[in-house]
Amino acid sequence: MSTRPEGGMLALFGELDATVTAIERLRALRVHDLVVFTPVPRHELEHALQEPESPVRIFTLVGGLTGAATGFALGTWTSLDWPLITGGKPIISLPPFVIIAFELTILFGALSTVLGLLIAARLPRMRPEVIYDPTFSASKFGVYVVPATGQAADVRRLLSEAGAEEVREHPAEVRVGTL
Amino acid sequence: MATVVRSETHPNITSYEDVNRDVLKLLSRPGPGYRIILSLAVAGVITLFTAWGIQIVLGIGMSGLRNPIGWGVYITTFVFWVGIAHSGTLISAILYLFRARWRQSIYRAAEAMTVFAVMTAGLFPIIHVGRPWLAYYLIPYPNQRMIWPNFRSPLLWDVFAVGTYFTVSATFFYIGMIPDLAAARDSAVVPWRRRLYGMLSLGWRGTNWEWKHFTRAYLYLAALATPLVLSVHSVVSWDFAMALVPGWHSTVFAPYFVAGAIYSGLAMVLTLLIPVRKIFRLEAYFTTRHIEAMAKVMLLTSLIVSYAYLCEVFVSWYSFEPAEQTGGYLMFGASHEYWWSAWLMLTCNFFVPQLLWFRQVRRSIPAMFVITLFVNIGMWFERYSIIVLSLSHEYEPWMWNQYRPSLTGVCIIIGSFGWFLMWFLLFLRLLPAVSVAELKEVLPAPLRRLRPRPPGVPPRRPLGGPEEVRS
Repeated sequence: MSTRPEGGMLALFGELDATVTAIERLRALRVHDLVVFTPVPRHELEHALQEPESPVRIFTLVGGLTGAATGFALGTWTSLDWPLITGGKPIISLPPFVIIAFELTILFGALSTVLGLLIAARLPRMRPEVIYDPTFSASKFGVYVVPATGQAADVRRLLSEAGAEEVREHPAEVRVGTL
Repeated sequence: MATVVRSETHPNITSYEDVNRDVLKLLSRPGPGYRIILSLAVAGVITLFTAWGIQIVLGIGMSGLRNPIGWGVYITTFVFWVGIAHSGTLISAILYLFRARWRQSIYRAAEAMTVFAVMTAGLFPIIHVGRPWLAYYLIPYPNQRMIWPNFRSPLLWDVFAVGTYFTVSATFFYIGMIPDLAAARDSAVVPWRRRLYGMLSLGWRGTNWEWKHFTRAYLYLAALATPLVLSVHSVVSWDFAMALVPGWHSTVFAPYFVAGAIYSGLAMVLTLLIPVRKIFRLEAYFTTRHIEAMAKVMLLTSLIVSYAYLCEVFVSWYSFEPAEQTGGYLMFGASHEYWWSAWLMLTCNFFVPQLLWFRQVRRSIPAMFVITLFVNIGMWFERYSIIVLSLSHEYEPWMWNQYRPSLTGVCIIIGSFGWFLMWFLLFLRLLPAVSVAELKEVLPAPLRRLRPRPPGVPPRRPLGGPEEVRS
């Protein structure tokens, strides 16, 4: 049998350790397709989920290196474009270009980090209707899970036993503002 | 009995809901006091643009600049505002990397101050160049004249440094605010606010992968912003130190300026936050612990800048260079036009802050407010002394001249405070002024284990997995 989803389940938790327990037990059930909502980033949740490293760092590195190269290239190329000796210094005088390269390293690095974040986290979200609850930005933790066929009852019991305050089956999509 | 675990840094905030309630309350309707201060700030902005308009129509002579004093109060005020900006990034980025967790409640306001201070500083070179419509000449762009800016000039380094600083600090400010904008969206009642925060929060939901990428990106942005704190004011100092003007041409300038920037910036953070704390009843968020910690850094940086003043006098004497010696002597010599400026600087930046050695002073809020005002004034006159005094006494005595700020210049400076204050006041009412999400990181997480149990029920067995109770 294929494991087609029967419909999602959204559990709301008031406590961090209960959320961690639910995640660990769901993982033990081999349910890996989880979405965890949290008002605050906590290492406990990160450890429980064991996700791969974020790709944002590659964007930062590539952006920074591009910036450094651009800085040196800009100084060198424009000096050669109008070769005028000033102060008896060489046309390509690297020490002052280091400053331009440094500034552009930071600038390009920061902007590409933001780009990396937007791409990796799929922001801005264009769909206005999403699985969400407004209390997730205040004090509640949430776990959204799509159980495999036949697992729904188990998952439901598991979430309640872990300490969920509320389990919603087929949760209604909430409208959050978007662009 | 419920075990109450309190945060070490913010003991009077007990739950996540408290944070949302207290912080997002600031976004509700303003009181009459707020409107009065805002109209004063707007009056300042009108003064600024009127005076600038007069200067544009009648010419740069209105600024009071005369040969050889080509740099006067505009560049002084530019350096002043760039310096103010620095401590915001110090608090938001450097203290983040050092995991100084007391920063969480104040960094947003400090960061906003950074962005608005750079916006204010950025006006001054444009005012100073006289023909603001030609300011785009500063930017390297391909043009028909085939002329590029001189990459060996410290003035161009400054364009890159300040431009990068503004872009990066504004980006850091906005990115860090996304989760809080989502919190503002979720609790907004007024439709236009709901729509505005909905757009600005980019549809943030606080899911595990959103947080994962967000926390990584935030860390890298902090790591990139950290060297900027040290570099921007160094580059600004090279505007002076790279020139051959006696009194400017000195290797001590970069560290001297950076220390001064952090010093004046922390003073400005306190000048702003002490009234905000009182007016908006945020005593649980901006505690005396914050004020004391900033007072200690101010004392340290005060000693560094005072050491730099001594160095300047000593080196000018030791140089056996008549022009240098004259400048060093005139700086504090009583027989001169600018002696009051130098002594004002020394009083405000060295003598008054020595009070910070006393714990009672550091923990007294009125005393700290007064001291920070002294420091703000002192740091402005420090830059005035450096710039104007040095330019008035270059190598040739027949070129010596005096400088007096003109009325236009003074109006523009006063107006710049209104411009800065206007943005800051709008920020307080439109954007979350305390980080909702990051403050929760230093609060104890709600735990099931600590929930009160009815008598007779055995304690729950400890759960597996890493858990952190104390924060």
